[in-house]
Amino acid sequence: MILNQFLALAAVLFCIGVYGVLARRNAVLVLMSIELILNAVNINLVAFGAFHDTVAGQVFALFVIAVAAAEVGVGLAIVLLIYRNRQSVDVSELDMMKG
Amino acid sequence: MLENAWVIPALPVVSFFVILFFGKRLPSGGAWVGVAAVALAFGLSLVAVGEWIARPATLEVEAAHAAAPAEAGHGEEGAQPGHTAEADEGAHGPAEGAHDAVREPVRREVTWFSNGPIDIKVGIHIDGLAVAMLFVVTTIALAVHVFSTNYMADDPRITHYFAGLSLFTAGMLVMVTASTTLLLLFGWEAMGLCSFMLIGHWWEKQENSSAALKAFFTTRTGDIGLLVGIAILFFAAGQTFDIATLNDAALNGQISQGLLTVGAVALFCGVIGKSAQFPLHTWLPDAMAGPTPVSALIHAATMVVAGVYLVARVYGVFWEGFNIAAGGVNLGAVIGGVTVVIAALLAFVQTDIKRVLAYSTVSQLGYMVMALCVGAWTAGVFHLFTHAMFKGLLFLGSGSVSHAVGTFDMREMGGLRRFMPTTFKTFMVGSIALAGIPPLAGFWSKDEILTGASAGGYPIMFWMGVLGAGMTAAYMTRCVWLTFFGEYRGQAHPHESPPAITVPLIGLAVLAAVAGFLNAPGVGLFGDWTNNAVTLAAGVEHHAFSPGIALMSTLVALVGIGLAAAWYARNVGPHGITTRNSTARAGYTFLLNRYYLDHLYTGAIVGSIKGPIARAAYWTNQNVIDGVVNGIGIAARRGGNFVYDIVDQGMVDGAINASAAGTGAGGGFLRTIQSGRVQQYAAVFFAAAAIFAVVLIVVTI
Repeated sequence: MILNQFLALAAVLFCIGVYGVLARRNAVLVLMSIELILNAVNINLVAFGAFHDTVAGQVFALFVIAVAAAEVGVGLAIVLLIYRNRQSVDVSELDMMKG
Repeated sequence: MLENAWVIPALPVVSFFVILFFGKRLPSGGAWVGVAAVALAFGLSLVAVGEWIARPATLEVEAAHAAAPAEAGHGEEGAQPGHTAEADEGAHGPAEGAHDAVREPVRREVTWFSNGPIDIKVGIHIDGLAVAMLFVVTTIALAVHVFSTNYMADDPRITHYFAGLSLFTAGMLVMVTASTTLLLLFGWEAMGLCSFMLIGHWWEKQENSSAALKAFFTTRTGDIGLLVGIAILFFAAGQTFDIATLNDAALNGQISQGLLTVGAVALFCGVIGKSAQFPLHTWLPDAMAGPTPVSALIHAATMVVAGVYLVARVYGVFWEGFNIAAGGVNLGAVIGGVTVVIAALLAFVQTDIKRVLAYSTVSQLGYMVMALCVGAWTAGVFHLFTHAMFKGLLFLGSGSVSHAVGTFDMREMGGLRRFMPTTFKTFMVGSIALAGIPPLAGFWSKDEILTGASAGGYPIMFWMGVLGAGMTAAYMTRCVWLTFFGEYRGQAHPHESPPAITVPLIGLAVLAAVAGFLNAPGVGLFGDWTNNAVTLAAGVEHHAFSPGIALMSTLVALVGIGLAAAWYARNVGPHGITTRNSTARAGYTFLLNRYYLDHLYTGAIVGSIKGPIARAAYWTNQNVIDGVVNGIGIAARRGGNFVYDIVDQGMVDGAINASAAGTGAGGGFLRTIQSGRVQQYAAVFFAAAAIFAVVLIVVTI
């Protein structure tokens, strides 16, 4: 089995995700980019699991999917509330926590 | 019991603390605790008396031969008490040094503390004198305690009153059983304190608290002498406080005559203060401001005889120091004799019944001191014994009278014999005993004193004593007449007192009637019981009963009574002379003002000392003390400024300000990082993660 192609795919996906998190202004798209990062990690986990012939990778991947689902639930709820208050989901305007 | 006689003083000590701490919660303010303790002490004292009388006379003492005055020596040939007597036998001629056996004193001592080679001991020294005093003190104390349960029943501070009585009784019992001068001083001062507390018991009235202060300060004046005397004798007798050793050393000539005289005079100052001798007698009449039972206990029967007891106890010192055997005059005899006469004179012009009795007490104390200082040791101690009985009785009687009529002023009494027969009868017994009419107690003891003064070579003291006897009889007649005879002049409704008051009166009246027989001629029991090594070694003579002197003193007393009765009852004599004759009026005014002694003390002495001392104290205060204080203040201010400027402002505050500034700057810098923008945080986060990853890879490879 060749590992490199999976790792490369994962690295590409991760970089796209990081770009999305840092560059996009729409909070929903930021959340989606986070999903990309997580799924890049999932690919890595499953690939290494198969490579080492163990199910631990898949188990970890399942955990990450479950946690990601929860995270998205909370994240979308926050985004919804922000929109209700400010009629906008632009993260670059959200600097109320400024020190 | 004699070995454990320390229990007797310990009982009232315990009751003092019980009353003090728990008295308020006990029924009737803890009064019955005091009564019970004193009753027990009285019972134990009776046991001790019994054991002492039953004790065989085993201690052989070689008596100095009788012609001590001719010897004019101070113990070169002096007697050695105790066991060494046998060894010295050969040195003396057969004519002198007759052996006499006395009861050996019971001694028990424990070491209180040690200071280098000196052991300071406390303990008991029980001999005939101590046993007699135990009996006197506990008897009077018991009567007074019982009397007080009724007399003081409504007093709001009855608890404090009984605590004071208990502590006082304890102090007196400690003093009479003490084996060292130090312990004696302890009891002595405890009594002074209690006297102050009890005289000022009703301190709400200004004059009462003044009287308490006066009593305290006046006796303190004498106590300075006592302290000095004890210190002198401590070093003179080879660094010991032990009284027996002290007496031996004095009688054996181990202490130089000069030192003994100084020591005796210093001790006598204490006696003058405590036993109210001229010229420090002024506090005693004022002490009548206290409750009447206190007057009976403290200012008649017990505390004021502490000075007399002191003379009797360290008799060796006084015997040699005053050279009593020589006859003629000496300081103690003169003071005693003068006190007898001047106090008796003052008793004539008093209108307050208690003050009459107070001056009578001063006068009788003069008799005791005079007796001891003319060499009549047994007579002095015996007079102390009998006087305690009848004077305690008279004071309690006056208390009973005031209980009935609500005043002590004899001008508002009169005719009370019909209203209070028991009080009248007992008061009569006491008065006759005091006046010295045979066969009551006072006659025997007073007669012994006169005999002793006459035979001891003190003719001046003898005539003073005779004069005093006549005056005593006269002023007591006046007192009894004004109180109990004639018509009632007051406004109250007199009535007989309840049993708690009359029973002690009856008990004391019986004692006052019969106590004199203890040492009557042919009986002589009291002299035998109190005989001790000191008086034997000193060669104190016991003079035989003299019918001539007895007859004369009785006649003088009867004449005194007759004159007073004629003056008051029959209205005979130059009445009104004090208003007609200027000389008589001057004398009367002189007596009314108590010889101006109080004016002398408060006006002249205190006044003249007060001003200069106050000015000197003010100058010292302004210049010395304030200077030191101000100097310290300035130095402290400069030091403070230095510390403030350099240490506090510079170093401490600097460190704190620097750390605060550093924190502020750091915060300001970090503040710029916290932009509140999630994406910026994420960029930093990923940059850091990337850097860590690079570092990890570089390190791993």
